[in-house]
Amino acid sequence: MNILEVNDLSKVFNLHILNEKKIEALKQINFAMKEGEIIGLTGKSGSGKSSLMKCIYRTYLASSGEIIYASRAGAIDMATADDHQVIDLRKSEITYCSQFLSVIPRVSAVDVVCENLFRIEKDKEQARETAKGMLEMLGLPTDLWDAFPVTFSGGEQQRINVARAIIARPRFLLIDEPTASLDAKTKDVVIDLISDLKKNGTSVLCISHDEYTLDRLVDRRLHLHLGEINDAAVVEAN
Amino acid sequence: MTWKEDNWLLRVRNLTKIYGDPGENTLALTGPAFNTNQCPDTDSIVACADISFDLYPGEVLGIVGESGSGKSTVVKMLYFDLEKTGGAAWLKPYNDGCINILEESNQRKRYIRNNLMGMVYQNPRDGLNFGFSSGGNIAEKLIMAGNMHVGNIRGRAYDLLEKTEVPVQRMDDRPGTFSGGMQQRVQISKAIANNPPLLFLDEVTTGLDVSVQARVLDLIRELQNMLGIAMIVVSHDLSVIRMLTDRTIVMKNGRIVESGLTDQILQDPQHAYSQLLVSSLL
Repeated sequence: MNILEVNDLSKVFNLHILNEKKIEALKQINFAMKEGEIIGLTGKSGSGKSSLMKCIYRTYLASSGEIIYASRAGAIDMATADDHQVIDLRKSEITYCSQFLSVIPRVSAVDVVCENLFRIEKDKEQARETAKGMLEMLGLPTDLWDAFPVTFSGGEQQRINVARAIIARPRFLLIDEPTASLDAKTKDVVIDLISDLKKNGTSVLCISHDEYTLDRLVDRRLHLHLGEINDAAVVEAN
Repeated sequence: MTWKEDNWLLRVRNLTKIYGDPGENTLALTGPAFNTNQCPDTDSIVACADISFDLYPGEVLGIVGESGSGKSTVVKMLYFDLEKTGGAAWLKPYNDGCINILEESNQRKRYIRNNLMGMVYQNPRDGLNFGFSSGGNIAEKLIMAGNMHVGNIRGRAYDLLEKTEVPVQRMDDRPGTFSGGMQQRVQISKAIANNPPLLFLDEVTTGLDVSVQARVLDLIRELQNMLGIAMIVVSHDLSVIRMLTDRTIVMKNGRIVESGLTDQILQDPQHAYSQLLVSSLL
């Protein structure tokens, strides 16, 4: 079964305040993703990888085309679904993990990680224990657990970001450069954690520039070039 | 999925407020396209027009726009502070959402206001009686909803002030002796006293020091997490909107120019005015 089918997706930014300047970010994107598959999204900076991910998550509105997501309750076009339906899917099935941590200020690292878990795990202390276990695995120093992540280093923030995205075991995960600023050991931990999700049936779309991560993690790659998928570069793993 | 189309808490359709006598073309000649809300024929002012949206249980909706865009008018009509000129609103917990609450009698409106809604104003003097103690203000709201037991009332007021981090030893002091941030906390206590499913917040942190503002916002977020209360947050400040809301309506010259998920409004604004607003964000 396909978890996602993207048909003729285009995205044009129309900048009214810059004399109606138009920026074409995605052109006629077509691809399908099987349930439980991990796809690596590759391409140079500015090739449209993050735009594609944001269109799927509805942070960007598609200009044309369809983004059919097979939710537990049936097929939904993320390009046109009601806002409330999208909010509901974000709470129950789809998680997006951006490249940079952007969190609500003045919330401790542990609680930032727990946010999605609090929704399903009513026992807050139990949720916090799970979060601490994950932060320990990711090697975040214990004295940072109750501090505010705003002041953390890039690598520390990234670990918080990844932990937060995967803790509630989403059904569909969109994750942008999960290993970019991590050392080799932590990188392996992150790759193992995401692979574990796959074993539980999670489908993952992962942007990465890192050959090691791609080799170890993804089932196949989609290569974007100037907003288009370059068919020649759709490489099946093994 | 829990989302169902008919599961809304508050449904608003074509809500309109016009000051002065509107002419035939008043609505056609005002709004963002004309960059005015004043009718050139009749000089009447269209404070807001054709405002429609659904609010779901536990949802936090932002209304953003510059001063004079009509955003406060919308919530003031829904809280019955202002009479509507046109339009309708239905509230699910009131007669199963079958009656337009804006057409109800004043007595029924008072019931709805006291039992099913809360309001926090920008100016604490609008929401609090400065002649009563802070505890007395909360008691008033509890009594209006039919709570008559003096001991219960005092206990509940104590709990609410504690929850909103107002020093409880000061519950017998009048709000006039409190700091601005503390007055807002008392106002919030009063607004949530009867556990309403719906809370309106009208520019509640405007005019407060940055650090005080941050703590009031933290409190609102905590209460939302704890109580799951649906909120409409009116603010000219996109940082407040970003921090508190799931979904946002952008208003200009009395009209909705755009609505969407808050992250979409902030990262991919469609309307020229929303783009200007986002590009002005510090």
